[in-house]
Amino acid sequence: MPDYTPNMVLTSDKEYKVVGTRPIRHDGADKVTGLARYSADLNLPGMLYGKVLRSPHAHARIRSIDTSKAEAVPGVRAVVTGSDIVEPTGRASDLAEGAMINFKFLSNNIMAQDKALYKGHAIAAVAAVNAHLAEEALSRIEVEYEVLPPVMHAREAMADEATLIHERLAAFHTAGTRAGGVLDDDDDSAGTNVANHFEFRMGDMDAGFAEADVIVERSVSTSAVHQGYIEPHAGTAMWHDDGSLTIWSSSQGHFTVRDHTARLVGIPVSKVKAIPMEIGGGFGAKLAVYMEPVAALLARKAHAPVKLAMNRTEVFEATGPTSGTEISCKIGATNDGKITAAEVHLIFEAGAFPGSPVAGGANCVLAAYDIANTWIEGYDIVVNRPKTAAYRAPGSPAAAYCVEVALDELAEKLGIDAIDLRLMNSAREGTRRPTGPLTPKVGYVETLEATKSHPHYGAPKGKRHGRGVASGFWGNNTGPSAAVALVNPDGTVTLTEGSPDIGGTRASVSQQLAEVLGIPVEDVNPQIGDTDSIGFTSNTGGSSVTFKTGYAAYTAAQDVKQQMIARAARIWEVEAEDVLYEDGVLKHRADDQLQMTFQQLAARQVPTGGPIVGRGGVNPGGAGPCIGVHIVDVEVDEDTGKVEIVRYTAIQDAGKAIHPSYVEGQIQGGAVQGIGWALNEEYYTNDQGHMVNSSFLDYRMPTSLDLPMIDTCIVEVDNPNHPFGVRGVGEVPIVPPMAAIANAIYDAIGVRLTVLPMNPGNVLEALWEKNGK
Amino acid sequence: MPDVWIPAQMQRITGAPDRVQVEGATVRQVINNLERMHPGMKELLYDEELDDITPGLAVIVDGDVSQLGLMERVSEDSEMHFLPAIGGG
Repeated sequence: MPDYTPNMVLTSDKEYKVVGTRPIRHDGADKVTGLARYSADLNLPGMLYGKVLRSPHAHARIRSIDTSKAEAVPGVRAVVTGSDIVEPTGRASDLAEGAMINFKFLSNNIMAQDKALYKGHAIAAVAAVNAHLAEEALSRIEVEYEVLPPVMHAREAMADEATLIHERLAAFHTAGTRAGGVLDDDDDSAGTNVANHFEFRMGDMDAGFAEADVIVERSVSTSAVHQGYIEPHAGTAMWHDDGSLTIWSSSQGHFTVRDHTARLVGIPVSKVKAIPMEIGGGFGAKLAVYMEPVAALLARKAHAPVKLAMNRTEVFEATGPTSGTEISCKIGATNDGKITAAEVHLIFEAGAFPGSPVAGGANCVLAAYDIANTWIEGYDIVVNRPKTAAYRAPGSPAAAYCVEVALDELAEKLGIDAIDLRLMNSAREGTRRPTGPLTPKVGYVETLEATKSHPHYGAPKGKRHGRGVASGFWGNNTGPSAAVALVNPDGTVTLTEGSPDIGGTRASVSQQLAEVLGIPVEDVNPQIGDTDSIGFTSNTGGSSVTFKTGYAAYTAAQDVKQQMIARAARIWEVEAEDVLYEDGVLKHRADDQLQMTFQQLAARQVPTGGPIVGRGGVNPGGAGPCIGVHIVDVEVDEDTGKVEIVRYTAIQDAGKAIHPSYVEGQIQGGAVQGIGWALNEEYYTNDQGHMVNSSFLDYRMPTSLDLPMIDTCIVEVDNPNHPFGVRGVGEVPIVPPMAAIANAIYDAIGVRLTVLPMNPGNVLEALWEKNGK
Repeated sequence: MPDVWIPAQMQRITGAPDRVQVEGATVRQVINNLERMHPGMKELLYDEELDDITPGLAVIVDGDVSQLGLMERVSEDSEMHFLPAIGGG
């Protein structure tokens, strides 16, 4: 038995009745008993089954597509190609959450036009009465390709004579920060594979490094890795006689599904209803649509509903991994540990279309530190790989890997404890970030101090064990969100919210409503509304839902509360200002005989003025940033190169943990994904640009058998911009693991691992190099 | 007057300094006045078709990403930044 608390909460001063408790999630029973319905579970009368023909080449010009033989297969009802999809101009538009998307590129990614840009790129799709006939029809589609040399790595793509992936790609350096688009017709500029190059400068780099007594330089590279959700992408589309379209799919934002599908099939958003199904993991990659527009195009041609579902290989080959990267940094400090200057250079592969998370990496990489002189630059590079998608704290993990390893080297050279070095240079409220803005109220120092005092940090190390620590930053996000609370006559509340529930947010949002109303959270029945049933809500991403949709539920609850006060005043024939609402009981301020519970008043709502409906429509600012600090002990087998995680602790500021178990779950899940990224996972491609490990047998993600319990420590430094002090929690735990493990390996065997994954082959090579073999 | 921080690339294109004091009570007014001082800035910061901040950019007012964009009110001692809009995963 451990002599420490595996999971602990360092509680803030504020205490609540529902917030901060650990109720059973409302959707739990349906999910564990198989009643919950995920994307591919939907079956409709007369439904057809779709299949997608994908490019066998990583880079090829499409000379022609002949679908006539496929259309002749009995049972085939529709075939679509790139000519059926709306291809917008290259003008940039905006994802609701703020990340940029270009609809021309989105359209071209969903269905190739003149070129196949990665192995697995969709070329055509078929709908038939069963899946076997659809597959048979795919085999009869004749595509004439002119195979082109694939460009698989960023450095290769940036070379002067590089093969161009898009002949008309515009480098948007001029806009400072956004990724590329398409050159105007009258622009005769040369094309490029460099979609973006930007930088942030602060202070005087020469003076900063001149002041330093010690300078560390470090370069690292990371491989593309996949988000690895269990549920593959799927979508079902059905048209109605009035020209409207209904879509069922799981996603991280059904309003995005609605908006993007409408755009790509050429109808108004008011004609599309997107119905959210349960989601079996997303981690960022289900922010993008892949299947829904294709299912809609097939259904329109076939005059019947169509379901499309990917298999695992399609998920790996055609949906967003995160970027492969090359990152270097240079950090200088005085002998007493003050960092005087830091520069970071980030090169991110975007995949076949612009838009890697390099800006996220640049925004995060030094954000938790107080450094007067900084220079950060980023490159967004297109290569012949699937278009990258967001993956948990997009951009930050790879960037942190480089800098947090360099800080470990710096601490060693200076003879300063690794946490002390970070504490000495930690940003605090009012510190100016390298990107310019001032740091708001944060819990960086408190999180570092909690790490230093955690039993794990000072525990004796096992024989042949190494220990490493690293920190990670994520800014967290927000956005518009809606919630509606319907008071039922039995005193319960039906809560409709606009955010798909990936990580237990039905519970965490319901808890915030219940706290305001003073009712048990079990009396709240949360559901996710479709796009016709709830107001626009931005994506479930950026660790935003418990913050923004919790805020919406809080607002709806306040609305209910005010209406109930008015109803009580009406019943008692007093003024509303004479009525108090406390812990779910309405009371007259002066007459203690006048009292009524929430449940009693709920039963009388109809005759006292009609149904009580609380509304919350918000777009709150001030999503508070946070850091996580991880401690890991590893054992390295110097004969095989295998790294085993023997103890792992993650410490993180949550602002206020609305449901501590789900905060712990997010921390543990993020840490495990980071461990997989660090030790095992990579897109392994051959010289033709084909991924050769596109199954879960060969793409090795860690399982519970590979890892010890991930211990957690929640630090609560409240976010002043949220009624309960919430900060996002879901993303930051994936940021520190790679550097923490690399630092632990160094502690164990004296070798700095600078290439991910740190699999046995790479560990052995590093050991052999150290030993001169 | 609000203190506007100009991103490095925009400084090069427009010749603007890294920081500039610009009159205005809203982000829209500040951008319009910035254009008068440093022609070319508005094209970089503003999308006419959308009547909004350029997609992919976020305006940060006094440390927080603005949720109101052009309509965000700014005060005499406000600080404004234009940075990449960061999504999430």
